[in-house]
Amino acid sequence: MTIEFAIFLGLAAVAISASIAMLVSRNAVYSALFLVIVFLTVAVLYLLLSAPFIAMVQVAVYAGAIMVLFIFVIMLLGTENVESNPTHRWQFAAALVLSYALIIQFIIVAFVLPAETAGEFVEIAEGFGSPASVGTLLFNEFLIPFEVTSLLLLAAMVGAIVLSRWERTT
Amino acid sequence: MTAEALFSLAPLLIIFPLVGLLINLAVGRRIGERGVGIVASVAVGLAFVVAVLQLVALGMEPEGSTVHIAEWIVIGQLEVEWALKIDTLSVTLLLMVTGVGGLIHIYATGYMHDDVRFQGDPSRYPRFFVYFGLFMAAMLLLVTGNSYLTMFVGWEGVGLCSYLLISFWYEKGKDGIGNALAGKKAFVVNRIGDFGFIIAMLITFWFFGTLTFEEVFHEAVFLGPAAATAATAITFFLFVGAAGKSAQIPLFVWLPDAMAGPTPVSALIHAATMVTAGIYMLVRNAVLLELATLTPDIIAIVGAATALFAATIAVARFDIKRVLAYSTISQLGFMIAAVGIGAYVAAIFHLVAHAFFKALLFLSAGSVIQGVEHGQHHADSHNDNFNPNDMRNMGGLRTRMKATFWVYLVGALALVGIPPLAGFFSKDEILADASLVSPAVYWVLVLSAFLTAFYMARQIIMVFFGKPRSKAAEAAKESPSIMVAPLVVLAILAVGGGLINGPGLLPLTHFLEDTLEGIHEPEFIAAIAIFTTVLALISMGLAWLAYGRRQFRAGDQDPLQSKLGPVWTAISARWWVDEFYDWLIVRRYIALSRWLAESVDDRFLHDWVHDTVIAQTFVRGTNWLARAFDLGIIDRGFDGLGALTRRGAGGLATLQTGYVRNYAIAVFIGLVLVVSYLLLR
Amino acid sequence: MTHILVLSGALFTLGALGVLIRRNAIVMFMSVELMLNAANLAFVGFARSREALGGQVFVFFVIAVAAAEVAVGLALIVSIYRSRSSIDIDMVSDLKG
Repeated sequence: MTIEFAIFLGLAAVAISASIAMLVSRNAVYSALFLVIVFLTVAVLYLLLSAPFIAMVQVAVYAGAIMVLFIFVIMLLGTENVESNPTHRWQFAAALVLSYALIIQFIIVAFVLPAETAGEFVEIAEGFGSPASVGTLLFNEFLIPFEVTSLLLLAAMVGAIVLSRWERTT
Repeated sequence: MTAEALFSLAPLLIIFPLVGLLINLAVGRRIGERGVGIVASVAVGLAFVVAVLQLVALGMEPEGSTVHIAEWIVIGQLEVEWALKIDTLSVTLLLMVTGVGGLIHIYATGYMHDDVRFQGDPSRYPRFFVYFGLFMAAMLLLVTGNSYLTMFVGWEGVGLCSYLLISFWYEKGKDGIGNALAGKKAFVVNRIGDFGFIIAMLITFWFFGTLTFEEVFHEAVFLGPAAATAATAITFFLFVGAAGKSAQIPLFVWLPDAMAGPTPVSALIHAATMVTAGIYMLVRNAVLLELATLTPDIIAIVGAATALFAATIAVARFDIKRVLAYSTISQLGFMIAAVGIGAYVAAIFHLVAHAFFKALLFLSAGSVIQGVEHGQHHADSHNDNFNPNDMRNMGGLRTRMKATFWVYLVGALALVGIPPLAGFFSKDEILADASLVSPAVYWVLVLSAFLTAFYMARQIIMVFFGKPRSKAAEAAKESPSIMVAPLVVLAILAVGGGLINGPGLLPLTHFLEDTLEGIHEPEFIAAIAIFTTVLALISMGLAWLAYGRRQFRAGDQDPLQSKLGPVWTAISARWWVDEFYDWLIVRRYIALSRWLAESVDDRFLHDWVHDTVIAQTFVRGTNWLARAFDLGIIDRGFDGLGALTRRGAGGLATLQTGYVRNYAIAVFIGLVLVVSYLLLR
Repeated sequence: MTHILVLSGALFTLGALGVLIRRNAIVMFMSVELMLNAANLAFVGFARSREALGGQVFVFFVIAVAAAEVAVGLALIVSIYRSRSSIDIDMVSDLKG
């Protein structure tokens, strides 16, 4: 049991428990906050996996912008406590069964995956995952997706504005 | 001009009348009566010119020639062509047909002018000359055809024209249908004869393998006695055809009824040309007749019997044309008998001479009838029951229609056989030959000649002598010169016609020698000649005693009626031949056709087969298809399909709950399944 | 690498469970974000183990798209709330049948 693995285990435990808490929590704001914990945990995991740039982006965008948006909307709508009627029994049971099946399948996949596909954690170059290296790739090979993504953001902006306009009373 | 070139003109004989009739058919209405008459007469006149040219050609080349026009039938062994055989026999007939035909055409232009007005349809004038021209063309083809089949085309053609012309006034006659019935009778009876002709052709082809005259005769001569049976059969059936066309027993019944046609028709067709076609055809087959065994005897007996039979009936006729009709039958009997005894030249001689004086008599009779009609129109026009043909309404026309009287007299004397007119020589040749060959035939013919003289004298006295027996006869007037002129020409021919084969010179005999082999020179037996002439004079004297001495007044009984008693009844009733035929054949046939029409056609075929079997089955079948099958099975099937779809859709619609979560579960299930599939692979 | 995948799978499953169980539309949406993160984790893990930087670039794009998607999605939810005064997803069953 290396030190890395131990850190990993600890982070994994935090992430999973936070997710479960998010699922269970009645209050929507509590769920959002637990999700933030999950995001931060995942960001730390990114750091461990030699992806510093992505980790920072995760924190800045996901935890910083997206979750803020979520909190804004929850507050705006005032729907912290919504669940009045319980879920239908059979849906709940079906969901649990299916989730159970899925997780088993994932575990099987994880152990069955051959070594060439999965790869090994070998020594890695110094600048791997640094902003410079990611940027180089981004602006050379992935230039077009990059530009398209900017269009996508523009579209999302316009869409959000249009969708949330007050309807004119006729 | 070479003979070759002249012979090649022969097809014009048929083409001229055809062109003439086509012109009349196309523009007849527009060129007027005068134009139509001129076109028709000129056409025949040109044909006459061509006939004369053929005569000239024969002078250069007496064997004659066959002029090819076109191929007709070439099937296996059978080869028939459109070709004309120009030899002395056919040219003799050609000259007679075109010559007499031309004169009758001229006469007809005048006669029909009055007739169409008398009958009330002036627009029918061109039609008459179209039919007349068609007849000429067909007759000329008949006379010049070089094979049995080609001749048969003309044979049928003249039969058709006879029908068309007899029933020319088809809406008139007894009960408004009499003329049409007469035409039908002529056609049907002729057809029976034609049937015989066809059988003869079949036997000819079967035995000789060809239908061309030259080849058949050549073959027959070559085979000699071996062909006797075939020749007998062929000539017998040919005689059946001739009996139909030339009105011999038992197929003569159509000719008296044919008098319903206009007078020029009677003159041309039923005196001079068509009825003589039978005799011509038999003489053409002289080769076969010489080889045959039984047939010539039959021909002679039938001919003689017909001559006598018809003569007896003629004695009691009151219709001026009917007398001449039965006289024609009788004279045709003479000619047929001559053929039967082998006197071919005599038969042709009498044929030509008879054409002259019988045409003359008929045309003159037409003139008389028209004169009386005119008289009726002027003096007695309110009398609807007046029959202008009835001799009992005539009398005393000698002074009123002088020219007609004289030509009529000439014709009658020629017919009777008073020397030196034509009939004397021709009839005597026949009698002379008959006396040498068969006494029975001879005496029957002599008796017929006696009766001929009697009834002709009776007719002359009744029509022209005495006092007029009706107002119409009183007012009768002479016919226009366009009608009288041809009569005069014919009279001249009747007088001089004896020269054609007068004893001593015998030009016709020599002429025909080139065609008919082995004919003999007829003898002139003075004893017979004198005997028959005296007999004729006695007979005419008896007629004068009966009719001339005491005035025969209107409404009187015929003087002979009381004297002959039952014989008169018989001959007055025409020996009940028509009634017999009607009972034996016509009634049975009508009954048969009625039975076929009603029982077989109406009830069986129509009601049962059509209605019950076919129609009902069809109706029931389609009913079943429409109701039981279409509505019941197919519709229900499709309705069921629709219901099934609706239920299925209804069932499936329950899946659309509208809850997002259910959809998400469905997606999730799919995900799990896909992953498990990938794992298990 | 196995551990990363197991963790990623677990997070994904939890996110899916959340989508199926929760009735609050916003919380459901957050579960979807959790699923996306799980996928991103797997990507980064593979990028590390196979030394392929493309995995990280892909994660970059996923984050960008997720941001856009959240913006629009939340706008939709606001709009639904405005018309129905509720964001209970069991109430928006107009497509029933």
